[in-house]
Amino acid sequence: MSKYTEDDLREELKTKEYEYGFYTDIESDTFPNGLNEDVVRAISRKKEEPEWMTEWRLEAFKAWKEMVEPEWANVNYEKPNFQAISYYSAPNSKPKYNSLDEVDPELLATFDKLGISLDEQKKLAGVAMDVVVDSVSVATTFKETLAEKGIIFMSISEAIHKHPELVKKYIGTVVPQKDNFYAALNSAVFSDGSFCYIPKGVKCPMELSTYFRINQAGTGQFERTLVIADEGSYVSYLEGCTAPSRDENQLHAAVVELIALDNAEIKYSTVQNWYPGNSEGKGGVYNFVTKRGLCETNAKISWTQVETGSAVTWKYPSCVLKGDNSVGEFYSIAVTNNFQQADTGTKMVHLGNNTKSTIISKGISAGKSQNSYRGLVQISPRAKNARNFSQCDSLLMGNECGAHTFPYIEAKNKTAQIEHEATTSKIGEDQIFYCNQRGIDTEKAIALIVNGFSKEVLNKLPMEFAVEAQKLLEISLEGSVG
Amino acid sequence: MLKIKNLHASVEDKAILRGIDLHVKPGEVHAIMGPNGSGKSTLASVVAGKEEYEVDSGEIILDGENINELGPEERAHKGIFLSFQYPVEIPGVSVTNFVKTAINETRKAKGLEDMPANEMLKLIREKSELLEIDRKFLSRSLNEGFSGGEKKRNEIFQMAMLEPKLAILDETDSGLDIDALRIVANGVNKLKSKDNAVIVITHYQRLLDYIIPDYVHVLHNGRIVKTGNKELAHELEAKGYDWVKEEVNA
Repeated sequence: MSKYTEDDLREELKTKEYEYGFYTDIESDTFPNGLNEDVVRAISRKKEEPEWMTEWRLEAFKAWKEMVEPEWANVNYEKPNFQAISYYSAPNSKPKYNSLDEVDPELLATFDKLGISLDEQKKLAGVAMDVVVDSVSVATTFKETLAEKGIIFMSISEAIHKHPELVKKYIGTVVPQKDNFYAALNSAVFSDGSFCYIPKGVKCPMELSTYFRINQAGTGQFERTLVIADEGSYVSYLEGCTAPSRDENQLHAAVVELIALDNAEIKYSTVQNWYPGNSEGKGGVYNFVTKRGLCETNAKISWTQVETGSAVTWKYPSCVLKGDNSVGEFYSIAVTNNFQQADTGTKMVHLGNNTKSTIISKGISAGKSQNSYRGLVQISPRAKNARNFSQCDSLLMGNECGAHTFPYIEAKNKTAQIEHEATTSKIGEDQIFYCNQRGIDTEKAIALIVNGFSKEVLNKLPMEFAVEAQKLLEISLEGSVG
Repeated sequence: MLKIKNLHASVEDKAILRGIDLHVKPGEVHAIMGPNGSGKSTLASVVAGKEEYEVDSGEIILDGENINELGPEERAHKGIFLSFQYPVEIPGVSVTNFVKTAINETRKAKGLEDMPANEMLKLIREKSELLEIDRKFLSRSLNEGFSGGEKKRNEIFQMAMLEPKLAILDETDSGLDIDALRIVANGVNKLKSKDNAVIVITHYQRLLDYIIPDYVHVLHNGRIVKTGNKELAHELEAKGYDWVKEEVNA
């Protein structure tokens, strides 16, 4: 963390435009646009999937056809034409690599621009990375270390071949195919994603990390992640996202399923920095994601997210607290600037006794953006002594943005204890002047105030991620004060 | 050090300062007194460069340089410090982090590297001892939930850390009980040197029992109408401001 200096930041702040807006020229194997049963079959065939997987996808597709895109979120956008999207795109150089030397140099250059060169990452943080570029995993490192502990960390396609019993047992158990419109679409056409299994009693010795990246013009990305923490195990999983800038909107509909068996703990952290569109609101990624975790007895799942990118975000990482004494946590920072729209929050479903959930949401709105928190705390009739604490804070910058809070509480057991706190504040001219008077310019003052506001959540991120997140917050809010 | 020449300033088209002349030399302490609404705090804000205030005419000169057009942070980099009457809260930002940022931003403006962490720690230790500040206080969020006395002491702590050339204390005595007042005043006195200067803005003379001014100026309707030594402050305390106003109007 100490390596990042003010000078680095200054350098970064010089680039006002979205800095990850570049395009890697890797030859791709891309399907023609459109979606029908044949395309679903073709995806499955392309990936040489077993029949049960093909059938599972087709079931999802049938359900999806009957569903309509949800409209309840507090966002406005032109609906994607699902027939104008290509549902499969994979780098041509498909073979897996044993070392970085074998990886397409163009790809490595991309990582360099992102500042996440594998080499450096490996050395610096001891992070094993399963890198997803346009849907197919191209590099997996530290696999051996993990293998020694019996940890399985690979692309989901590979897992379907190598560990079909695990995939078959758990896929769709937390987010069923028919869960919602986007989840159904994902289930039908998911191209790749990550799979992780931590055996009984094993504490994963390193942070597991995946960098997603949308790379091919006009391709949607449909990632599928499945993390299973067996009894008494622990894993911390990092997911970071950046995408190149592009004019037409890009669709991203991912599904993440977490399963924490008895006494297990999963910490899932996300930094999302997809292209938010330009300052006039043109372009940007549509991010419609379904993330949910299931907690068995005494298990714990923590979601931590820093959302700074995407033109439209629709995302509610949730916990189903099925087992007694299980714990769910949601820590979120959502930043919107210019014309970005975010509708994000969580669902905490208390089914077991003595279940506990904590929600800390920090929304920061600038420019003409709209930022909504939407959360549901549900206590089932059988859940005795359930407890929830929710805190939703909004910070506004300027007079043209909006912050909205939609907390839903359904308590069907009288023993439940639910607390909800909400605040809305504005970065005041007085605060800025105070900082200015101490020699801190306005841009830096805002970064300081925003970091202070977000501190409770930033503190929940693993160290190396926290630095990146802080940088992102500052970059996302550049030029938001006029 | 600071020369203010025939300064006129207004806020939202309302004229507040109507021709201020003031000359502060290094090593001096100037007190600016006056009834409510006379323009004392406006003068402090205008010198510090608060944007809502429009300088209509006149000059503010710091070390021979006209600073009228400089932004507040640039003035701060040149050594102007304002101790606020109402310091703002910045939740989640600790006193230490804030001061560290302020120091490093100022150094950056001067083309210097960040202050090394061990030097920073040493400075913090030294200055917090000087001002009898509990170290625990430094890890709290800036001004959040601080008592009136804590806020003011924090202002003086920042002043100690930043070592300004010119410190303007805007009503630093307001809201302080006598013990807090003494600590704050002692702090200011310890930081005084022949190279820096202090402008004390106050409504009452009691702070001036502790920070002895070389000059006392009385501000009325946006002008300095009377200048004297510390005896003037006592006179004002005893007789109020009306006699000064009458003198002016006569």
